[in-house]
Amino acid sequence: MNGMLAVLWREYLFFKNRIWSITGSSLVAPLLYLTAFGWGLGRAVNMAGVTYVDFIVPGILALSTMNASFNAVSTPLSIARLYDRTLEEYLVSPITLFSFAAGKILAGALRGLYVGLILLAVAFVFGANFRLSGLFLLLAFLNCLVFASLGFLVALKVQSHPDMVRFNSFIITPMIFLCGTFFSLEHLPTHIQLFIKALPLTPASQGLRSLALGQELSWYAPSLQLLYLAAFLTWGLWASHKVE
Amino acid sequence: MIVLDRVSKLHGSKVAVDHVSLHIKPGEFFGLLGPNGAGKTTIIRMITALTAPSAGQITLNGHPVSRNNTAYKAQIGLVPQHINLEPELTVEENLRLHGMLYNMRRDEINRRINELLEFTELKGERHAPANTLSGGMKRKVLIARALMHNPMLLLLDEPTVGLDVFSRRRVWDLIKSLHARGITILLTTHYLEEAEHLCSRIGLLKKGRLIMTGSMEQLRDRVGPVVVAFSEDRTRLYFFREQAEALVFASGLTKEFTIRQTSLEDVFVKMTEESVELN
Repeated sequence: MNGMLAVLWREYLFFKNRIWSITGSSLVAPLLYLTAFGWGLGRAVNMAGVTYVDFIVPGILALSTMNASFNAVSTPLSIARLYDRTLEEYLVSPITLFSFAAGKILAGALRGLYVGLILLAVAFVFGANFRLSGLFLLLAFLNCLVFASLGFLVALKVQSHPDMVRFNSFIITPMIFLCGTFFSLEHLPTHIQLFIKALPLTPASQGLRSLALGQELSWYAPSLQLLYLAAFLTWGLWASHKVE
Repeated sequence: MIVLDRVSKLHGSKVAVDHVSLHIKPGEFFGLLGPNGAGKTTIIRMITALTAPSAGQITLNGHPVSRNNTAYKAQIGLVPQHINLEPELTVEENLRLHGMLYNMRRDEINRRINELLEFTELKGERHAPANTLSGGMKRKVLIARALMHNPMLLLLDEPTVGLDVFSRRRVWDLIKSLHARGITILLTTHYLEEAEHLCSRIGLLKKGRLIMTGSMEQLRDRVGPVVVAFSEDRTRLYFFREQAEALVFASGLTKEFTIRQTSLEDVFVKMTEESVELN
């Protein structure tokens, strides 16, 4: 527990020192999506019975929290491991690997939630309609935890910075566009639908959209997210035992 | 204190450390000396659980080494070879983070920060970000950080590498005053002068094997306390028990020669350099 608090304190200092650059850089892409696909295209298009802008806000929230949480952990931790070697200070200290992982992942997830809340505020100011509830925020935070855990795992497995760039290009970026963020999956062939539904971002975009539009939340979303969280966390802990 | 029992480390098929056994007693200042690639840093990394031994066992006061053995790790302070301070945090924040990681109370952390900034003469740099400090200052912060939690064993992995002569001397003074306070120290270095100046016992590493241990006097006695050195195609060293024997030998030389007390460098060359012709 003390180890986790120490890690969180370090992450807080980093966040405090860079709050404006973190906030700005995290919001550029989602605001562009909102402007182009939401207010530009979205005024004239309806999807799934609602205006397009209302349709894509939950999707953009899902992808933004994914990006913010993943990047808050993956790049800094891989640099700490491969270049600064500041990771060794944590590995040498008498904290458990679980408390180290928990601190890093929680800090990354809180960064994701911070970006998500700002995005919701901006979308609200610009006239998007969505239902905000505790369950909605909980599901968004679960998405943050899933991708912060993935960031932790990837940071401990990559061998260089270009590896991290490749992971972003081949795994993270395709999910931004595929996982039901900008369009409904209904029109896709069944086997492609099944594949996309199994990806870790899809339950977030689908589940958040259901809640935002006042529909019932399917068990599929939180169950799959919890499954991914457990898998990434376990794999990440195993990787932290092995990392040298 | 710390015991290494037939410890080995393989990197693939390459042997980095080969059956090293070592016992460092409380209060001792032990130096591991060896050329680059001899296995010094690998031994430090195994003691700190940063890498696992391929064979053998390491214990500190009976606690076996393990990445999750917090009782073991709490007894060790590490000054790594590379500067691994949090670059954007200030000197004080780096020390505070360390104190928190070692589960120290807040008042204890504050007290130790003040003590150590005084001890390392870094009070003026308290609020300076680590990445704005000079190399010598960063080394001092690394030492202060390693001492925050009052470790029983301090590991110094090439602590003066890359420093100018003046900074190196200042770090030596700091290390000597630490040993005077009773801290057990394991230092690795490839600076012979550093080991000779600081350590009460020295181990020579060659290609991962600990080939010799002892005090400076014991090492000198093992090879011969008097050396005759002369140049042919390369410097040749001949070791003798007595000055008189050396004189007799030297009287037959046609080259220019020197007769002197054997230095650590002579011992080191004799024990690690296979190409040197030995008597």
